[in-house]
Amino acid sequence: MKKLLTLLLTATLAVACCFGFTACGETADIKTVDIPEYDYMYSDVEVPSDYKVGFIFLHDEKSTYDLNFLEAAKEAKLALGLSDSQVIYKFNIEEGQACYDAAKDLVDQGCKAVFADSFGHESFMLKAAKDFPAVNFFHATGTTAHTENVSNFHNAFADIYQGRYLAGIAAGMKLNEMIKNKTKINGTVVTAENALIGYVGAYTYAEVISGYTSFYLGAKSVCPTVKMKVQFTGSWYDEVAEKAAAEALISKGCNLISQHADSMGAPSACEAKGVPNVSYNGSTISKCPNTFIISSRIDWSVYFKAMIASTAGSEEFEIPTDVSVPMQAGAVKLTALNANVMAEGTVEAIYQARNKMFNGELFVFDCANFTVNGEHLTSYKADVDTDPNFEKDTDVIKTATVNGQTITYFAESVFRSAPYFDIQIDGVELLNSKF
Amino acid sequence: MTNEKTVREPLFHISKRDTLPWWKCWLIRIAAVFAALVLSSLLIIVLVKKNPVELYASIFNGNFGSGTKTWLTFQDTAILLCIALAVTPAFKMKFWNIGAEGQVLAGCLASAACVFYIGSSVPNWLLLVIMTVCAILAGAIWAVIPAVFKAIFNTNETLFTLMMNYIATFLIAFFLNKWVKSGSGTLGILEDGHFPVIGDNPSLLTVLIVLFFAAAMFVYLKFSKHGYEIAVVGESVNTAKYAGINVKKVIIRTLILSGALCGITGLLLVGAINHTLTTSLAGGRGFTAIMVSWLAKFNPLYMILTAFIVVFFQKGANQLASDFPTLMTKDFGDIIVGIIFLFIIGCEFFIGYAIKFRKREKKEKTAEVTE
Repeated sequence: MKKLLTLLLTATLAVACCFGFTACGETADIKTVDIPEYDYMYSDVEVPSDYKVGFIFLHDEKSTYDLNFLEAAKEAKLALGLSDSQVIYKFNIEEGQACYDAAKDLVDQGCKAVFADSFGHESFMLKAAKDFPAVNFFHATGTTAHTENVSNFHNAFADIYQGRYLAGIAAGMKLNEMIKNKTKINGTVVTAENALIGYVGAYTYAEVISGYTSFYLGAKSVCPTVKMKVQFTGSWYDEVAEKAAAEALISKGCNLISQHADSMGAPSACEAKGVPNVSYNGSTISKCPNTFIISSRIDWSVYFKAMIASTAGSEEFEIPTDVSVPMQAGAVKLTALNANVMAEGTVEAIYQARNKMFNGELFVFDCANFTVNGEHLTSYKADVDTDPNFEKDTDVIKTATVNGQTITYFAESVFRSAPYFDIQIDGVELLNSKF
Repeated sequence: MTNEKTVREPLFHISKRDTLPWWKCWLIRIAAVFAALVLSSLLIIVLVKKNPVELYASIFNGNFGSGTKTWLTFQDTAILLCIALAVTPAFKMKFWNIGAEGQVLAGCLASAACVFYIGSSVPNWLLLVIMTVCAILAGAIWAVIPAVFKAIFNTNETLFTLMMNYIATFLIAFFLNKWVKSGSGTLGILEDGHFPVIGDNPSLLTVLIVLFFAAAMFVYLKFSKHGYEIAVVGESVNTAKYAGINVKKVIIRTLILSGALCGITGLLLVGAINHTLTTSLAGGRGFTAIMVSWLAKFNPLYMILTAFIVVFFQKGANQLASDFPTLMTKDFGDIIVGIIFLFIIGCEFFIGYAIKFRKREKKEKTAEVTE
């Protein structure tokens, strides 16, 4: 009797599984629209066969942040025709002496260039650079290269705020569409007055502030009445906290969610609640076919390729001490748009804004487009050098003349590559802060 | 009569062995490692279709591929060994101290705090002395708090020491926030409070210090009155009481020693190796050390070997991920290492116990009865 029961149960389970799997297989028709690529020049370089390059990762491919670096490294390897033995990866390298040891080992193995991906690797990369002057050390997201003057130590970032601004336009367009169609989100009709973006951030650092502000300004450029609420999780990767934060924002009346954190927490919360989502680090369309709109990410392969080429002897590229690679050079990418979710006209709007941006007619942090405590910025001092004083000592407001008009703007990633826009602008409300 | 039918002798039964001669023990262990290598080789051939020898060579290279790597292997072994030495007296006493992680971090925090606050205003030798005292104190305090509660209120030391780990981690996070004005929480390299370097080998001092501790701990546990008291308390608290041992005193004293040694590990991590402070300086080694200590049966000299084995395979797994990035993730290396560990730990069972299989004739007899 018992056996029969077990058999029966197993059979039911098996059948249920079959149905379950077929249900999973039947995803809605996913249609995407590519934004036409901006043409940028890139020429091929011959890398000698004895050339070696090393990459130091804080984690391995299980972290989306490190995965983004790893894929860029692989792309650079492929593009420059490097063999397996010419590229050495070091995974799970802590932000301590382990980083110096890894760098030293890479030098021992004959690497001419060493890249590291995490902020905390910086002082150990710098130490290695001082000890091994014949090798070039490249550190992503760091802040000290421009003041240290160590000729073989370099910092880099990408103008990701440009990508976020454009992704923000897609968000603004979507909000406009929802206002026009009187769409209900979480039971409430979206109107011009209650158009509200929710943003899940990792930490209250300049990098995140710069990111959500540029995103907000992009949305505001097409949907002027939009407001934004930001909630921080205090972690770069915490699926539970990110999901909870997104749900909290939705229950506070947010009609659209975006995030700057590395897990699927926020996108999956949006998919469950039917709230449109602008993602980060890559497309989440396969898991969120009904809510994903667009995503931006940094494409490090551009920088890797150029730096590998120059350290391999090419004279085509100079090695900059501290550079934020512009979107124009291909360092910031937008994924394809989700045709089923995006608003009509989004491609054109992004395309136009991008052209203006690349032609130097549009500035993301144009002071005319945002206010701080009701006033437009005319000067702002940021702490861009890492002197021991930590004083805000550099004026980062610049002006440009476009078509006879003077534009005053906050010059992000100009005085150093790592973001330093850390201003709370009007229209954006922080629900908490996490350091 | 019917009951007799169901009484069957099992296929095999397990009985405790008399102590085996040492060479037989080692034969079993070597056989276990060999069996593990054969099994992992099969997995490598079937799953990733690679020559297993290449992978084993990669594991070896990850540890001894260059002079630098060799010394780093020794250095990491030393740090793990030092924490294992620290937890040993407590474990021998059956005080389940899983708070070594936090005690090491407390030592790290204390020494880094000394450098941060007074580093530039006192000579280096004095700073090193102050750092040492503070690190020992911090580690000891972190360990003695649960010990006092255990001795007086008989609280659960496992939970208590575990919670202390979190407090230490977040204390460091708190101070990093306070110290690093840029708000990034990354301290960078501390310029002062570096231990002297012997020759030009930055790892040698750490290795020598820890080797000294290993010898000292061996003597302490084996030949001192304290060591004997720890053993008695571990065997039976009541016996210890009957023998006139002040159990509370032994618990507290032993945990102070345990914590102090963890504190010194923290000191070495900050002053001799990393010269910085992060929440992940201990890197889980406070827990791994427990395995190291158990594997060595709480013998400090064996621990040198077990700590080395653990470090060897951890480094090997990382090297595998680095050498074969297109084929596998670090997970595959971890699987191989896991199999080898399972066999090494599992073979201890066969050293302690014998498996006796049912004999043929008996089987025939029972068959007759059923007929």
